[in-house]
Amino acid sequence: MADLADSQVVDPGIDGAIKTLTPEAIERVIAGALDRETAARLKVYLETCVRCGLCASACHTYLSRDRDPDYAPVAKVRNTIGVMVDRRGKVDGEFLRSAARIAFTECGTCRRCSAYCPFGIDVSYLILTVRRICNLLGIVPQYLQDTVNSHAVTSNQMWVQQDDLIDTLLWQEEDAQGELPGARIPLDRVGAEVLYSVIAPEPKILAQLIANMAVIMKAADVDWTMGTSDGWDNSNMAMYSGDFETMGRIERRHWDAALKLKVKRVVMGECGHAFRGAVYDGPRWLGWRQPPLPMVHAVEFYHELLTSGRLKIAKKIEKPVTIQDPCNIVRGRGLHHKLREVLHMLCEDVREVDPRFEHNYCCAAGGGVINCGPPWKLSRMKSIRVKAEQFAATGAHLVITPCHNCHSGIEDILKHYKLKMEVAFVSELLVKAIERPA
Amino acid sequence: MIELARGPLTWVAFALLVGGTIWNLYTRLVLARKDKVVYPYWSTPHAARSILHWVVPFASRNMRLHPLFTIVSFAFHACLLLTPLLVMGHAVLWQESWGLSWWSLPAGVADAMTLVVIGGGVAFIVRRIAAPEVRNVTTWRDHLLILTVIAPFVTGLLAHHQLLPYRAMVTLHIVTGVVWLAAIPFTRLSHMLWFVFMRGYMGSEFGAVRNARDW
Ligand code: SF4
Ligand code: SF4
Repeated sequence: MADLADSQVVDPGIDGAIKTLTPEAIERVIAGALDRETAARLKVYLETCVRCGLCASACHTYLSRDRDPDYAPVAKVRNTIGVMVDRRGKVDGEFLRSAARIAFTECGTCRRCSAYCPFGIDVSYLILTVRRICNLLGIVPQYLQDTVNSHAVTSNQMWVQQDDLIDTLLWQEEDAQGELPGARIPLDRVGAEVLYSVIAPEPKILAQLIANMAVIMKAADVDWTMGTSDGWDNSNMAMYSGDFETMGRIERRHWDAALKLKVKRVVMGECGHAFRGAVYDGPRWLGWRQPPLPMVHAVEFYHELLTSGRLKIAKKIEKPVTIQDPCNIVRGRGLHHKLREVLHMLCEDVREVDPRFEHNYCCAAGGGVINCGPPWKLSRMKSIRVKAEQFAATGAHLVITPCHNCHSGIEDILKHYKLKMEVAFVSELLVKAIERPA
Repeated sequence: MIELARGPLTWVAFALLVGGTIWNLYTRLVLARKDKVVYPYWSTPHAARSILHWVVPFASRNMRLHPLFTIVSFAFHACLLLTPLLVMGHAVLWQESWGLSWWSLPAGVADAMTLVVIGGGVAFIVRRIAAPEVRNVTTWRDHLLILTVIAPFVTGLLAHHQLLPYRAMVTLHIVTGVVWLAAIPFTRLSHMLWFVFMRGYMGSEFGAVRNARDW
């Protein structure tokens, strides 16, 4: 049984939209989407899933909610796209309401279950297909849609205007110079080796992270730049709202901006979903096999700087730390070993959670879930008890995670489950630990 | 009756199995082009790597999390595929109809393997009823499917040991066997046909594209 409180959550983006739909419109949109936009994967996955339930042990939602069978991946699939396909779109508003709740708030499309299903059924893809259909019906959680609106209008996630951005970057440059004389944030410099791109929340609410990067870049003597015209934001919530047209547009802008600056590669800040959007989902929608330039996640970049000796550690962090592996860079890029190497260079006492690496539990914030906003926060907390238990078992004082979604999600987890820990990005440790050139 | 079952009916079964398999695989493999992402990212070495980790018992984490299920499932599937090919009674038929002959199982071993299949099927049914995450997504069709699969083994065993009227049992054995074979391409039994492709595709997406393991 789905949780009663969760099924009563009022979200105008869902409930309001459903009221405007007629049965004919619902059927037409769903059948049309199934015909036009799905093919063999959907068919074969739905036809061959043997209903063995083995995927259940993969899902943090299921595990955290006392193994309630309705939260098993296979149940989520059956109760959403399974019904839509069986009835070829002849579904009612009540069904859509629960399908949207499941697809947007109870699955983070973390892809863990694909490594637990013997057949490798891509539940994340199936759930994203549900979100796509919801989107075509106009049903999207209000907070998430608001973010997408910002993407669509401003090309960034947080309604940041260009003058604000430039102002923030100049201000962070000054801060960085206070830390390390000579640090700079070169803006729109054509031909730089590295374009550093971030998600919009960095300049908007976590600007210190950009100053950190300026210090790191100076210490390692990197030839870098940041863009200030549209496309500077590498985040992409449209990928998760099912608005694939906007998703494609955002990614094209991002890559266009990089190509215009004629950089050798793009290094991106500590974010997981942005990597997924820029390297996989975006290019695929645009019909590119790969992105036009190499994209390097911050973890890989730090690893490169540390192992090549361009960055040296002066003083290790002493307090015990633990690690949250972000889904999109472990199952999405296999960076868990590099992350370990970096953190062992940085910290004296690294304590592992179990399971880890590709078998990590999702933070329950990623996949657009946290972006569904306050109405769904309590539900999200109920879905992630396993993570709180994992952290508590380590006895660490600090959770390190190179991902913005994980970071925000973990802040909520620590507060909700009353764990006396803090959460940090890798760059926050790096600036404290590295040797500053005189 | 037995002649009808042995002759035309068996032919129909094989025709449905072979024709259905070709139809099922062909139509979906062609359709997979429309998915855009399947063929471009397919990587045979990574597909093979993943498949290997899922056909070797306990090679994947999820199998280690479910030891009992893993043992039952592997024993069931192995015996299910091997017994019909290697049982003595069938060897005689191959010989008679096609002149093909190969090694066949000693009767005692064949009996034991048959019992494993039946026992495994019963265990699956029990699990479908007892485990909430499975019961929640189980319908009568899933039970029927398991019964379809074990029926030829039950009837074969009874016929072999002549516990019930022999001719009737053999006829039943053939009929249930025919139904089982013919059902493969048209039901969830098609997981047998698709396992390699599905696991292979996910193995490619994880291994070749994302540099990660999926087991
Ligand atoms: S949250 Fe992750 S493990 Fe759970 S169903 Fe979604 S993709 Fe699978
Ligand atoms: S593990 Fe795979 S085959 Fe089994 S129920 Fe889950 S999705 Fe279906």
